[in-house]
Amino acid sequence: MVHFTAEEKAAITSIWDKVDLEKVGGETLGRLLIVYPWTQRFFDKFGNLSSALAIMGNPRIRAHGKKVLTSLGLGVKNMDNLKETFAHLSELHCDKLHVDPENFKLLGNMLVIVLSTHFAKEFTPEVQAAWQKLVIGVANALSHKYH
Amino acid sequence: MVELTAEEKAAITATWTKVKAEELGVESLERILTVYPHTKRYFDHFGDFSFCAATEDNHKLKALGKKMIESFSEDLQSLDNLHYTFASLSELHHDKLHMDPENFKLLGSMIVIVMSPHFGNSFTSALQAAFEKVVAAVADAMAYKYY
Repeated sequence: MVHFTAEEKAAITSIWDKVDLEKVGGETLGRLLIVYPWTQRFFDKFGNLSSALAIMGNPRIRAHGKKVLTSLGLGVKNMDNLKETFAHLSELHCDKLHVDPENFKLLGNMLVIVLSTHFAKEFTPEVQAAWQKLVIGVANALSHKYH
Repeated sequence: MVELTAEEKAAITATWTKVKAEELGVESLERILTVYPHTKRYFDHFGDFSFCAATEDNHKLKALGKKMIESFSEDLQSLDNLHYTFASLSELHHDKLHMDPENFKLLGSMIVIVMSPHFGNSFTSALQAAFEKVVAAVADAMAYKYY
């Protein structure tokens, strides 16, 4: 059971309010597929993934990245109840999509890198610590139905 | 054994020549100590970590950060022979410092996170992929004497 202090919640929310879901989501998912190419197997119906340029320009990747971050937004609003918030998504990814739960960690870490790029100095070590805690919490919540 | 293309090696070297060792080193260490507080136990003798302001002024941390990145620079000269390059450091961290090798991976991810905003758009996903390969290979080489 992950617990967030008021300061951690404020740090997460202050960044989240400025996030462009499509841009950050698309970049996060795009980078995941390029840096960890084996993750492309889950997206073989998404069209052209033949190069970094093709992936970053792929509108379906951008749309899915936006969807992913929209879901994450639920986590930002429900930090004290991540398991219940993500129970349905966990079931979906386990029972229907058969996604290795390790990928939730990879995606979370990729998001931290993209936020670091976009927010630079504002993404202080304390803010990063809070976000790292959130992405780990979400990855654990998404993995919950697997065990 | 890391496999880098000639293009990847060139991209890494070009980026690396712009890196300021002390700056990158101390910021990476600062972030790992904040994001993963358990790592502080390895630095008991480095003084007060209670506030980041103190961390910024900590000369021992700066010196270690610089030394660490300079070791990394050495590594970039001998990407084809990492186990040999890091053999003595691996032995040191195992036999004398008793450091959990998982921390080498955490530190590698911290280096990528610190580099990302410094290089902005120049830190393309392809370049990130190359650096992720290097930091993963270094973490593996550092852990070599552990098993």
